[in-house]
Amino acid sequence: MKIASFFTLAFFASALLAPVPRALAQTSADCLTCHADAGMQDANGHSISVDDKTFHSSIHGVLECKNCHADISGYPHPDKIAAVKCETCHADEAAGLVGSVHADGKDHPCTSCHGDAHTIVAKTDPKSAVYPLNVPRTCGQCHGNEGMAKKHGLPSVYPAYIDSIHGFALNKEGLLVAANCQTCHGSHHILSHKDPLSATYKTNVPKTCGSCHAGIATDYEQGIHGKAVAAGNKDAPVCSDCHNAHAILQPTEAEFRTQSTPICGSCHKEKFSTYRDTFHSQLGSLGGYVETARCWDCHGAHEILPASDPRSPVNKANLVKTCGRCHAGANESFVQYQPHANAHNRKLNPALYYIGLFMNLLLVSVLTFFLIHTILWLIRQRLEQVKRKSTEGGNHA
Amino acid sequence: MPDLEQATVTAAGKERYFTRFTAAQRYMHGVLFSSFLGLAATGLPMRFSQSFWARKFASAVGGFGAIIFFHKLCAIVLTIAFLIHLKNIFTRGILNREKGIFWGPNSMVANWKDVKDLVGHMRWFVGLGKRPTFGRYAYWEKFDYWAVFWGMLIIGFSGYAMWFAPFFARFLPGWALNAVLVVHSEEGLLAILFIFSIHFVNTHLRPDTFPMDMVIFTGVESEDEFKHKRPEEFDALKKEGKLEARLGPAPATWWINFARVIGFTAILIGLTLLVLTLSAYFS
Repeated sequence: MKIASFFTLAFFASALLAPVPRALAQTSADCLTCHADAGMQDANGHSISVDDKTFHSSIHGVLECKNCHADISGYPHPDKIAAVKCETCHADEAAGLVGSVHADGKDHPCTSCHGDAHTIVAKTDPKSAVYPLNVPRTCGQCHGNEGMAKKHGLPSVYPAYIDSIHGFALNKEGLLVAANCQTCHGSHHILSHKDPLSATYKTNVPKTCGSCHAGIATDYEQGIHGKAVAAGNKDAPVCSDCHNAHAILQPTEAEFRTQSTPICGSCHKEKFSTYRDTFHSQLGSLGGYVETARCWDCHGAHEILPASDPRSPVNKANLVKTCGRCHAGANESFVQYQPHANAHNRKLNPALYYIGLFMNLLLVSVLTFFLIHTILWLIRQRLEQVKRKSTEGGNHA
Repeated sequence: MPDLEQATVTAAGKERYFTRFTAAQRYMHGVLFSSFLGLAATGLPMRFSQSFWARKFASAVGGFGAIIFFHKLCAIVLTIAFLIHLKNIFTRGILNREKGIFWGPNSMVANWKDVKDLVGHMRWFVGLGKRPTFGRYAYWEKFDYWAVFWGMLIIGFSGYAMWFAPFFARFLPGWALNAVLVVHSEEGLLAILFIFSIHFVNTHLRPDTFPMDMVIFTGVESEDEFKHKRPEEFDALKKEGKLEARLGPAPATWWINFARVIGFTAILIGLTLLVLTLSAYFS
């Protein structure tokens, strides 16, 4: 709530209080005569009791009951009273909600995020449901709920977020600047990621992430992926395509390193397949050797440039240095090694193709010949054995 | 073998045993098959690193680091064994000028008779002729030997080229660094498939020797076995009057039992690896 609206509210409240009270004009104290009873419930069994002390220490504590419950003008009042209109004071927030994914007010009254209006505190208060450290838990009430997620066709993202690097920083370290839900999605005017105006719409993602990760965003914009996305190529990856949206892992750690290659491979299929034929892949697939070269160890991660670019780590002039980061003693001849050689491609890798062909022919011919040889031998020898046994049997008879 | 065993009791009630392999040769085979099993068991998960069992195995033994460590360890053991063997051939054949190492009926080197034996043997398989008689080393045994010999050179060289790639890159062209992996893995696969199917059956599992030919463990075989399997060598020794010199001690029961445990374990490991290889190859 903005300061300005607070004053508006205070003015509004005093204006209401100023006129000469009508015969049955109510003060909050009057209401609490009944509603202070802790066990008070409405016909549906919902608590309608208000704790005076909590209410007065809440941010709404300066208000009178009737400022919000404007339809009640005296006692006794009807059983059914009108829903409180928060937008009376919180007009900007209410306007933001319009057109957002939470616009359906029935499912998303303000209180489902902000909590009971009688106990509400400022968002800078660690007790607030929308205090940065509490936001994920608040959103998670619905977005970590399988039933809720299913009903709206959404993934249950809370568990993924809470185990992510953002979730860890926020939950374990209590880091206020760690991205929580609203850092990326906004708070009131949340739009679907399919909406081009959404902060999480594909082409807006680099800007959204870049609002914190400014250095990486700059690198990304200069790389081939960033340029492709900027040029309108929707197939090129943005941050969340490689890092995930919610289950973001620390990229230098084993878990991300071991799953990063298939991520690149989901687009670069041929390169992935040829990588898999190499020792690098064998090393990396079996666990333990986390440091083994993955795509981005050689190609770079954010500022990926084509090999023809002299700044690219896989440019011919830089190979000795790039390979040398792992292979001490790498020289010009060593870097002639092709990390994506294709033994099935005669035109690109003729030497490898013919060596592979020779090895395969050798394998197939040796095994075929000896398989036939051995099977025939087995049959023949068994026949001999049976014959010998039967003659022996005959002698004994 | 049971048939032969029954028949080997001589008039005196005593079986005669003849030496076929020296203790050094038997130990060499022991080192060879243990290190080969080790190389196969650690090499296959690398060759089929995408398969389910390779990853399970790798995580069970401590990841790639453990696998490559044992692979290299076994490689060193096998290399030393190979060098000792080369040294033995050099000493016997060249320094001591021992006859029959590089040629003749007792040599490992193939000759015209081996070709005739192969053809004759195959004719016998299909009932077109008599079973040929074999000398000290039959043609399939020579093939086993040379397959291992060539395999060691090829797999050994390509393996060391990968192990010390920056060093080998000083005198090998760049594409050779790609080629050595293809050569190493294909030749390794051939060796594994050959040993665990063809060698196992030819030498151990075929009816004549089933379930295992113990001579590589005991070093000796009974007179009847000798006569039946290698009549030419037997006759030649008899003619030269050297037969008695080849007499050896009857194998001790405990040693046979011990060897059986070792041998069957090796065969079991081999067959398991064979099944895993075939399943990964055809999936």
